[in-house]
Amino acid sequence: MTNEEIKEYITTLAPAATFDETGEWLNIMVTAEELKPLMLALRNAKTQMNYLFCLTCVDFKTHLTMVYHLSATTHRQSIVIKANLNREQPSIETVCDIWRTAEFLEREVFEMFGVHFTNHPDLRKLILEDDFKGYPLRKDFEDPINMIKL
Amino acid sequence: MYNQTEIIKDTSELGADGELVINMGPQHPATHGVLHLVVTLNGETIKKIEPHLGYIHRSIEKMCESLTYRQFIYVTSRMDYLSSHINNLGCALLIEKGMQIEVPDRAKYIRVILSELTRIASHELWLGAMAMDLGAFTPFFYAFREREMITDIMEDTCGARLTMNYIVPGGLMYDLHPDFQKKVKAFITQFKSKVTEYEDLVTNNIIFQSRTKGVGILSAEDAISYGCTGPVARASGVSCDIRKIYPYEVYDKVEFDEVLETAGDSFARYMVRVKEMNQSIRIIEQLIDNIPEGDFVGKTKNVLKLPKGEFYTRVETARGEFGVYVVSEGGTTPHRIKFRSPGFSNLSVLNHISVGSMIGDLMASMGTLDLVIPDIDR
Repeated sequence: MTNEEIKEYITTLAPAATFDETGEWLNIMVTAEELKPLMLALRNAKTQMNYLFCLTCVDFKTHLTMVYHLSATTHRQSIVIKANLNREQPSIETVCDIWRTAEFLEREVFEMFGVHFTNHPDLRKLILEDDFKGYPLRKDFEDPINMIKL
Repeated sequence: MYNQTEIIKDTSELGADGELVINMGPQHPATHGVLHLVVTLNGETIKKIEPHLGYIHRSIEKMCESLTYRQFIYVTSRMDYLSSHINNLGCALLIEKGMQIEVPDRAKYIRVILSELTRIASHELWLGAMAMDLGAFTPFFYAFREREMITDIMEDTCGARLTMNYIVPGGLMYDLHPDFQKKVKAFITQFKSKVTEYEDLVTNNIIFQSRTKGVGILSAEDAISYGCTGPVARASGVSCDIRKIYPYEVYDKVEFDEVLETAGDSFARYMVRVKEMNQSIRIIEQLIDNIPEGDFVGKTKNVLKLPKGEFYTRVETARGEFGVYVVSEGGTTPHRIKFRSPGFSNLSVLNHISVGSMIGDLMASMGTLDLVIPDIDR
């Protein structure tokens, strides 16, 4: 599949999606509400994106961005899906019923960035202690004991 | 992380059904590191496994945000310490891709030879440690005999036995020592004459076979869905070798086979790794006599600045796909860096493959996943 075909297909599902082809792969920016139905379609339709190889979050100080790297084991094309979230109450629907690997990755993002994944079966802290305050990978996180000056 | 009160509460709730919660780790000898598994049992049958991480979390991703592009490579040696050279390579490739740095052929050849030596050393350690988990003590000494030769080569070449830190953006830190080729050839001769001993000692051992065959079966669809890579996925028949799919350095110039098994059980995972060692030897043999003369490091600026944008590279470590994702704002340090470590995804499948099996089989399933805890607890 070419990038053009994927773009065309995504536009029919999420009309508000914007595309960026400057990087190595096709980047698709969607809204948080559009994400889940789009992901379901990408997994099951002819695109066959069955391999989620990287799920993470980036703090841009004004907003958070969820980044999903998808690939297919059949035709080996990779695409990147992104969704912006506000910093005060970041919330997005889980994708761990589509790709099982997302369960642990979302738990890591939850504790490190404070993103709430709705409908996640077991959204608890994975690495940090249960009573840990703050979100360490955010840019404004301050640790009085082990401070890393950025 | 693990909370004491929560576990006790769980036990009382589950007690009515005759279920028992036990803690395996963080100081369990078979977890090879500080992995803590909370295992829910019914009799001897596993109902649920919950990994609790974080005992050695160093927040490497946050640390890297304050390190320059020359510095952050060396932190990655401390993640998967058995594949440290390959982790360094993944980071160097990212910088070279982002800044379009030309790497001399000599450096590429040496990087690949050392990567394959690293892979053999990692698989050797895994072989010894896993056999010991299953009660066989002798293979440990056999495996370490060959591994010792590799660590000696590494010490002579890079100055360190485990965390090599031999790679700089653009090439290598310094040139090879004069005896390198002789020593690697001596190792190949030794390895080839001794590798049959593993077959006699472990592979054909009826006790080992009955403990691993049909244990911890993982289907191909689940392997992809859980994001498993490396020998774990290849034992289920998923073709996922980054060296074949997205060749980097000189992997497209050498001949080797991607080892695939179809059974998906612990024995298949064992077989994939043993066969992979032979493939690595094949790669080294093709390269060792053909290392080109010339520079060992390309021309780079003193201060590296990645252009604004996003970059991703992936390499095949001994455990699977290692990915580096960098978001750059154009400065000397990354804005955000994410390491996609193979161990993290491979660990997430442990509950899935162990539920319904006996607690004694957990050692076989976990041993053949080849977990390295600092890789999971980044």
